[in-house]
This record gives sequence, C-alpha cells and structure tokens, in this order.
Amino acid sequence: MDASNYLYVSALLFTIGAVGVVVRRNAIVVFMCIELMLNAANLSFVTFSRINGDLDGQVMAFFTMVVAACEVVVGLAIIVTIYRSRRSASVDDASLLKR
Amino acid sequence: MTTSTNIVYLIALPLAGAALLLLGGRRTNKWGHLLATALSASSFGVGLYELSQMLGRSEEARPVSQKLFEWINVGTFNVDAGLLLDQLSICFVLLITGVGTLIHIYSISYMSHDHDRRRFFAYLNLFIAAMLLLVLGDSYLSLYVGWEGVGLASYLLIGFWNHKPAYATASKKAFVMNRVGDMGLSFAIMIAFATMGTVSFAGVAEQVDNTSEAALTGMGIMLLVAAAGKSAQFPLQAWLGDAMAGPTPVSALIHAATMVTAGVYLITRSNFVFDAAPTAQLLVVIVGAITLMFGALIGTAKDDIKKALAASTMSQIGYMTLAAGLGPVGYAFAIMHLLTHGFFKAGMFLGAGSVMHGMNDEVNMRRYGALRKFMPITFVTFGLGYLAILGVPPFAGFYSKDMIIETAFNAGGAKGIILGSVTLLGAGITAFYMTRVMILTFTGTKRWDDEAHPHESPWLMWLPMAILAIGSVSSGYLLSRGDALVNWLHPLFDHHEEHEHHLLEPIVVSGLALTMVAIGVAIAFVKYSRQEVANIAPEDVSIFTKIARQDLMQDRFNEAVFMRPGQALTTTLVAADDAVVDGTVRGVGQIAMGSGSALRGLQNGFVRSYAALILIGAVALIAAIWVVVQ
Repeated sequence: MDASNYLYVSALLFTIGAVGVVVRRNAIVVFMCIELMLNAANLSFVTFSRINGDLDGQVMAFFTMVVAACEVVVGLAIIVTIYRSRRSASVDDASLLKR
Repeated sequence: MTTSTNIVYLIALPLAGAALLLLGGRRTNKWGHLLATALSASSFGVGLYELSQMLGRSEEARPVSQKLFEWINVGTFNVDAGLLLDQLSICFVLLITGVGTLIHIYSISYMSHDHDRRRFFAYLNLFIAAMLLLVLGDSYLSLYVGWEGVGLASYLLIGFWNHKPAYATASKKAFVMNRVGDMGLSFAIMIAFATMGTVSFAGVAEQVDNTSEAALTGMGIMLLVAAAGKSAQFPLQAWLGDAMAGPTPVSALIHAATMVTAGVYLITRSNFVFDAAPTAQLLVVIVGAITLMFGALIGTAKDDIKKALAASTMSQIGYMTLAAGLGPVGYAFAIMHLLTHGFFKAGMFLGAGSVMHGMNDEVNMRRYGALRKFMPITFVTFGLGYLAILGVPPFAGFYSKDMIIETAFNAGGAKGIILGSVTLLGAGITAFYMTRVMILTFTGTKRWDDEAHPHESPWLMWLPMAILAIGSVSSGYLLSRGDALVNWLHPLFDHHEEHEHHLLEPIVVSGLALTMVAIGVAIAFVKYSRQEVANIAPEDVSIFTKIARQDLMQDRFNEAVFMRPGQALTTTLVAADDAVVDGTVRGVGQIAMGSGSALRGLQNGFVRSYAALILIGAVALIAAIWVVVQ
C-alpha cells in the first residue's frame, strides 16, 4: 500500500483536532483534540520513518508519547481544579489572564 | 622691565574685604563697613608707595610687572596671569582707590540707615578689586576678567534696591547692554589670537607690524564696540541713565568716575592697534563726537538731577573717546580729562546724593530750589565741580577740555573743523545744562513740600565732597603744569609734539570755548533764573524738548530695532521647536500608542482565539514556504 495514504490520514486527523480546538468550548473536548493532533503528528513520524527506512521517526514518536502523557497529567489536573472552583469546564469562562 | 611682588596686594586687599564681608554674613555687620573702607584705603596706600617707587626710577625702568601664575599653557599658546603697573595704570590705580576710598567714607554715613549696608560695602570692595584687575592686567585676557568683574559689581549695585521692580529692571538692562560690548571684547581677543598668536599687550604691540591692516581694523572696531558698551557710548549708551537706580555713591564711583571710563582705558591701552588702523581710529572719533552731542542734548531736558548728571557723564566720556580717537596727540589729553572728570563728576554726584539725603530722596530738580541757604557746604563743593566741568579757568576742566578742543581743531582739514566745532558746541551745551542744574537746585525760590526739611549732611559725607572739590579746583593745573601728565605718559604713546599746523592758536581756542560757555550760561539764566520755574514739568513744550526728555528716543529705537524683532525671532523659534522637534518626538510616541491600542484587542483572554491565531499563523507560514519552494 502506498505510504502516502497514511500521511493523508495524518493530515485529516490533525485538521479535525485543530478545528476542534478552535470551535469547541468544553475543556475536555479541547484536550482530546490536542491529543488527536499529537497523534496525527506521531502517525506522520512513523510513516516517514517507514518511507526513509530508518528508526529516527519511531524514536521521535516515543518522545511525543511521553510528552503527551505528562501533558495529560498536568492538563487534566488543571481542568479538574478549575471545574471544582468554577463549576464549569468551558475554556471561554477562564479568560481572566487578559487583565 | 622691573619686577615686583607688591602689585598683587592692590587687588588682594579689597578682594579679601569683599570675600570676608560676603562670607562672614551678619557677624560682620557691626564693623564690615569700617573694614571695607580701611582695606580700600590701604590699597590706595600701596598705590602711593608704588608711585613713589616709580618716580625714583628712570623713565625706561618705570613699568613694573609681576607674574602671578601660569594660566593657560596649550601647545604654543601661553598666557600667564600677570600684572603690569606702568605710567598709565598707576593713574587709574590712584583714581580708583583714591576716589573709591572717599566714596567708601561717604557711604558709611549715606547708607547708615540701610540694613544691608554690609552687603553694599562688600560689593563696593568687589568693584574696587575687579576694576584694579582691569587696569593692572598685562594681557587682554586678564583685562577681560576684570572687565566682567566690574560688570558684575555694576549689576549688583544698580540693583542693590532690587525690591523695587524698576530698579531690578534697570540693572538687567545695564547687564544685557554690557554683554553686547563684552562680545566685542571677546571677538577682539579672538582676532588677536588668530592673527598674532598672542593676547598680551606687549605681544600684540610687537606683532602689529606683521599683521594685515584688515585684521587690525577688525580688532580695533571690536575694541570700540567693547568700549562703547562699558563707557555708554553711542550706540550702546541707553543703559547709563537707568543705571542711576543704584545708590548715589555707586553712581559717583562706578557710573561717573571709574567703570564707565574703562572704555577709554581700553582704547588708550590698545593705542598700537588704533594707530595702525586709521579706519577704526576714525570710527572712534565719530562715536566720541556723536556721544558728546547725544549726552549733552539729553542733559538739557532731564529734571531728575542724577539723570542730568548721567547724561553729562556720557557727554564728557564722549570728549575722552574723541580725544583717544585723535591718535598719539590725543591719548594723554583723554587720560587727563578722565582724571579731572573723575574728581569733579564724582564730587557733583556726591553733592547730588547729599541734596537727596536732605530732601527725603527727592530727585526731581523742579521740587528743589533755594537750597543754597540750607546746604552751604554742598552748594560750595557742587559749585566748584560745576565751574570745573564748565571749563572756567583755572578750574580742572579748563585745562583738560580746552586741550581736547584744541587738539580736535588741529586734527587737520575738514575733520579738524567739524570735530572742533562739535567740541565747542558741546562745551556750550554743557554750560547750559549744568547751569540749569545749579539754578534749579540751589537758587531761586523754594518749591519743595513742607514735609521736606533740607539740612546739611554730616561731616562724613561733606568731607569726601570737600576733598573732591579741592581736586576739581587743582587737578587740572597740577596735571598740566609743565605738561606733567603728557611727559609722564610720553613713553607709552610715542607722543611727538607737532607744531606745524596749528589751525587756531591755543589762546583763540580758549577764547572761543569761554565765549560758548558764557552763551550757554546766559541762556540758562534767562530761561530759569529770570522766570518762575514750574514745579511740574510743563507739557506744552516743543517737539525737540519732548524728544530730549525721552533720551532722544534711544529706548524706542532699541525696542523697535532690536527688542521686538528679537522677541519675534524667539517666538518663532519656540513655535518651530514645538511644531517640528517636539512634533516629531510626540508623533513617534503617538504611532506606538495607536498601534499598541489597536493590537490590544487581540489580547482578549480567550484561549480559543489564541489557538486560532496560532493556527492561522502556522498555516500562513506553511503557505509562504510553499510559495517560495514552488
């Protein structure tokens, strides 16, 4: 199978994630969309690794996964804390940094 | 040249007095005036000692110099701060310290009711020190220091009663007009340095032969501007009348006897420059002649006794300037008139002060009259000064003024006739306005209010007046006996008697001058003694009187020609600065602020809009790379 198909899937996943981040208000959904974009990037890494015939891309994918895991821990903790204090998981409600 | 270590004491003594009194503050209130007077007198003593030493030496060895310290030493340019006491300086030293000491004594009594008397004496001492530095400096640069020093002292003393706004304005006016002259002096020094590489009198005198006439003429004209500023000569004369705002002893010392004659000193000291620059010398004569008439005409219309005397001072210094512009034949006579004038004019100013003292500081002569009976000593001393300034033989002015008139006639050609006529006419007008002052003040009927109680001044005041009156009587005879002063100054001025073209014999000149004086006196008698004098200046007078009362429009002229265009220039410059320079700076700020507040809208705190911006940026970046790569 042509490897470029994987790249199309990756681009599709990334676009879905990006649009999700911009249009959705629920913090959990935004968070999942970010994960989606990270995984789209991972898919690209692995695909290019396959095309080039070396392991650099695969290694990079592991790095991305580690970073994503850390990010989930921190991010979910923040979301839970905000939800506890505001009773809302909408990202538009947490707009106090502008001042 | 002989060297000495004593000259510096002449300056150091009064300078120490000024420093002590100014820094000592109120602690010196009790004895400050006595100390200042004593220091001025001891400076006079040093001067007398130096004179006696000088008399004991041969003519060539008379000038004495003293090097104080190395002042400026840059490359090939060396200026030492040095003092030079020669035959010319010693005349000034004795005049300054002698008349200065008398006026110190006078002021002890005159200023006794002023709570700021100590400060007054400190300034007087400062003035004496600065004036001595002016006449003792051995280079134009040291002279310049003294020149500025006397300007400062003059400013401080004119504005001594600066709680009255008009007096403060008068001192500012004097200061600003003097700055114009000071610029002239600094330009002259620059020209000397640029063309001759030296600024000492001896150095410049040596280099005159190797210098182009254009440079010398430029330097001469700049020196003339300086002299005009300091000596209230045309066209920088307007400050002297207002300078009478100062206490009367100041008018006597600074604005009659010493400081205003500094310009004449400068010209005679720079004789080598003027002798080599005939154009500049001619300008000196013209300035002198114009001022002579200018001052005399103003003097005829003034009702303020001090302003009338100030106008007379201006006119008499015009005589000196004219004589100094006549070249080697005139320098000695300029100095002689300067010395005799120092006596009689200082004496008359002190007399005016004495009258004011007895009349509750009234200065309007129309409010005087018949004071002869109440102030006999003042009347006699003032009268002797009056006879001296008129040039009645054998009083001092007769010798000095007649010599100037005679020298002017002998200048040769049309120049001689014009100058001679001007000086003769000036003598007549002088007789008129001085007689007017005498009649209005001392004779006629009393025109003062009942509150005034005219009385003779205490002995501390009339003693200096009496001594100056003795000088007014005798100084002319003593200085001209056997051409004493001319011979004394002879080595400096290269004065060679030329008997070839005498347009008029001396006796004819004297006769003419006395005739003019008699006419002037007679007119004044008819106008002011035969008919009643109004105690308020009449308004229905001729246009000429009105113009003369306004100082021949000198202030209006300065206002129209210099002040208003100057103000317009500054207003324009301020506006231009505001619009262009400040406008640019403010514009830059406004651009930054405007773009900042426009961009602030993006910082709205919504995470999603930030994310969208990041996305748009990333897409735009990729698109740009895409375009470039394609």
